[in-house]
Amino acid sequence: MSGASLTTAGAAAPAYRKVGSIRRERRWALIGAYVALAVFVLFFLTPPFHMLVTSLKSSAEIADLSGNPWVVRRPTLENYWELLQQGNYLLHFRNSVIVTLVVVAVTMVISTLAAFALARMRFWGSATLATGVFLTYLVPETLLFIPLFQIIGGLGLYNNLLAMILIYPTLTVPFCTWIMIGYFSSIPKELDEAALIDGANHFQMLWRIFIPVALPGILAATIFAFTVSWAQFLYPMAFLVSSENMVLTVGIVSDLIRGDTFQWGKIMAGALMAAAPPLLVYAFLMDYYIAGLTAGATKG
Amino acid sequence: MAQVSLRKVVKEYEGGVQAVKGINLEIADHEFVVLVGPSGCGKSTTLRMIAGLEDITAGEIAIGGTVVNDIPPRDRDIAMVFQNYALYPHMTVYENMAFGLTLRRFPKDEIRRRVENAARILDIGELLDRKPKALSGGQRQRVAMGRAIVRDPKVFLFDEPLSNLDAKLRVQMRVEIKKVHQTVRTTTVYVTHDQVEAMTLADRVVVMNQGNIEQVGTPQELYHRPATRFVAGFIGSPAMNMIPARLENSAGALRLHLPGEIVLPVPAERTQRYAPLAGREVLFGLRPEHLTEPKNLDRPNIALVEAAPEVIEPMGMETMMIFSLDGTEVTARLDPAVPVELGRKMPLAADLNQMHLIDPQSGRVL
Amino acid sequence: MTGGNVIAAPGVPAAAAPSRPGRLRRIARRRSTLAFLMTLPLLAVIGGLVAYPFFYAIYLSMLNKRMTRFVGLDNFAFLLTRETFQFVVWQSVIFAVSAVIAKALIGFILAHVLHALPAKGQRKWRGMLLVPWVIPPAISTLAWWWLFDPTYSAINWMLMGIGAPPIAWLGEPGWARFAVILVNVWYGAPFFMIMYLAALKSVPDQLYEAAAIDGATGWQKLRYVTVPMMKNIIAITVLFSLIVTFANFDIVRILTNGGPQDRTHIFGTYAFQVGIQSGDIPLGAAVSLFMFPILAVFAVFVLRGVTRRSKEMAG
Ligand SMILES: Nc1ncnc2c1ncn2[C@@H]1O[C@H](COP(=O)(O)OP(=O)(O)OP(=O)(O)O)[C@@H](O)[C@H]1O
Ligand SMILES: [Mg+2]
Repeated sequence: MSGASLTTAGAAAPAYRKVGSIRRERRWALIGAYVALAVFVLFFLTPPFHMLVTSLKSSAEIADLSGNPWVVRRPTLENYWELLQQGNYLLHFRNSVIVTLVVVAVTMVISTLAAFALARMRFWGSATLATGVFLTYLVPETLLFIPLFQIIGGLGLYNNLLAMILIYPTLTVPFCTWIMIGYFSSIPKELDEAALIDGANHFQMLWRIFIPVALPGILAATIFAFTVSWAQFLYPMAFLVSSENMVLTVGIVSDLIRGDTFQWGKIMAGALMAAAPPLLVYAFLMDYYIAGLTAGATKG
Repeated sequence: MAQVSLRKVVKEYEGGVQAVKGINLEIADHEFVVLVGPSGCGKSTTLRMIAGLEDITAGEIAIGGTVVNDIPPRDRDIAMVFQNYALYPHMTVYENMAFGLTLRRFPKDEIRRRVENAARILDIGELLDRKPKALSGGQRQRVAMGRAIVRDPKVFLFDEPLSNLDAKLRVQMRVEIKKVHQTVRTTTVYVTHDQVEAMTLADRVVVMNQGNIEQVGTPQELYHRPATRFVAGFIGSPAMNMIPARLENSAGALRLHLPGEIVLPVPAERTQRYAPLAGREVLFGLRPEHLTEPKNLDRPNIALVEAAPEVIEPMGMETMMIFSLDGTEVTARLDPAVPVELGRKMPLAADLNQMHLIDPQSGRVL
Repeated sequence: MTGGNVIAAPGVPAAAAPSRPGRLRRIARRRSTLAFLMTLPLLAVIGGLVAYPFFYAIYLSMLNKRMTRFVGLDNFAFLLTRETFQFVVWQSVIFAVSAVIAKALIGFILAHVLHALPAKGQRKWRGMLLVPWVIPPAISTLAWWWLFDPTYSAINWMLMGIGAPPIAWLGEPGWARFAVILVNVWYGAPFFMIMYLAALKSVPDQLYEAAAIDGATGWQKLRYVTVPMMKNIIAITVLFSLIVTFANFDIVRILTNGGPQDRTHIFGTYAFQVGIQSGDIPLGAAVSLFMFPILAVFAVFVLRGVTRRSKEMAG
């Protein structure tokens, strides 16, 4: 680089311009990046925005075709009020909360125990089972809902929240087990041996070493189980019929659409409140959320 | 009362690898024994069998007179320090050290007393509230030792505890370990592949090779009286020179014929010992520190030879000079003040009082 | 656990006979029993609620409508002759393939754009771009449904603003197909973005520096460094997304419920209509099972990709 001082002023000038052009190129690239981002953010956020706008309108304003549908002229919370005051919305919300909490708890117990056993206590068939767990995760619910419909009916659980609690784990447990196997496997083997020598039995090892050490992974798995349970649509659609037994994903539509009358303001208000819990979890625990999302593609 | 006995201990891993091939070893109470040997010779396996982390395929291990073959690690009353420390990352230093005692339901104040005592011995009182992540390598090493000390076990087991530290810290921690052992006097089995560590720390060193014990002895014994060619070559740095030679008897005096027309007289006091070997091919072993610039020439059994350096390695406090005898590399250790020049012949003094003869077939030192 | 000290205490006679395959071995056996017990709930879920229903579905699909008689493969044969079902097959393929291609491209572009941003701004933008993935699709599709409303469509309002004619989004087969794909892309593109972004971050900077020193242009870096390094994760994500999209239910069910004229039905919604709504359980099971071969092939490839990636990460 010291050679630079030897070049004449004339030679230095084009070199300088070249550097400038790289910088200019970079700036344009960055501007292009921001434009692309802005376009997609607009595209991605339009539906939720429109949801919010509609939910703040009175029925009269929604029905008024002369107005701009993208703005609210007289914002009102009456849609929210009515939803919370009358009808089954609160019941649906409660049902969703109950089902989700129970399913998350059950999922975490099942998958933590299983992942610990599969990651650390090799036994006959454990490797096959781990692969089986992953393949089960790839089974979509549309493949099995019809036989499950029969099975649930046979168990007398048709139109019963218990059916959801029984079946949702098929969607959460495999993935949670799979990513926890990854997290547990990444804990160094010496840690178990140290615990073994310190006098821990297997449950103490799991409870006092593995779970605390793998806490970020456990949190990611919990968030995953929560989102899946909260968002599930097909099973409640197929197995729940009476409004008071429904969860949010199916309840909103079934209650607010009577024949041809769509109460769009209330539908949007209800949808927004139903979307709030996952959005809040996401806002506060984004890193764990993303970790859970991306962990499935790698083992550990 | 915590001697450790290994009787005909065999370890065969699944897949048929015999990692340990029937070793016998008696470790006395309070003794500091170091297992040393090249990578893969079965040191860790032996240690882990003592700890109970590996099944014993055959033979038996007793700790304090009790056969422990079937006793799980937690009931063997041993403590272990791992190469990568294996500290629990989510616990503070205090909790790390207290964990074993908590699991054993010790009363709180007893735990506190022991942890503080260990922290004082190791000088880590300041660190008790920190997490392992916030510690340096040396500090982690101390905590790992602290975790062993608080348990006040019958036996300490160390598996290459220093190999993750840089050279300077390693020397420092070596001293530390020795001091701790002098304080707590717990029977210790220590695994390393570093022979300097072995020599400096051990009361007795166990040299292992390919699943067998080659020799057990004090550092002095191993250095001066190696039993096998392997031990002779393994202990000491740079390694002992081993030169093929022929032992000849000429009129009652034994002579060694080395390559390059070099003939060395065997010391008179060894004549009787070596006489039966006359006429045979042997390996002549001499450590570099016994092949030096001419000095002490007035003493008996110092022989002069001539050699031309092919490589010169100045190390500061000494200079290594390497030459070859018919393809065998030989190292001499010179005072740095001695002038050396590549390719120029110079006289060297071989201290034959320190020579060894090795049977090339059996590998035994004769 | 203080009892342990007692067992090993001095003075207790050494009872064990030498080299008998003894208690430790038995402990090991007990350990694998314990491990088995710990995986039992998992096995119950997989066995009872996934594997068993799967075989039960096969059985069901071979019964007649009233489930009184075994009819072999008649249901499958019958479906193949039905024009509606042929539409379903085609629509499923078109839906899955075009949606996944669009998602993959958008995700790829967004990941690159994000990756080029300074770290501080990146978080904020990433946060906003992931929102469609976070909202349950059954919920967000309601918003789209409202945007596509025949009378009140806010999109049509804007089209009219620029002088274009309004579109019957969900009323005309071509547009309805477009609409369901659009919503699926909207929902799924962020997932691709986040997967790619994670992969991009795992490509070591040194590789780019080395390529730059070798004189690579931006495109060449993409072509010779980025894409090869991400090949595996791209494959996994695409295959995984193909499975999920192919087996989609929520979006189509809410947006069009298969209409108009059954032109937007895919396997999931059609199976629901046939099996649950029309009450022909065996035929519905047969519709679902038609998905199985293609899903199985994809799944095997995903598994292969994941195992390979785990090995790469480990090595
Ligand atoms: N779990 C295992 N399964 C099969 N073979 C093993 C296992 N652990 C170790 N071995 C083999 O047993 C032999 C001895 O291993 P060991 O770990 O005891 O060596 P080491 O002396 O500690 O070596 P190092 O200095 O490298 O730690 C090696 O050949 C090794 O490959
Ligand atoms: Mg080792």
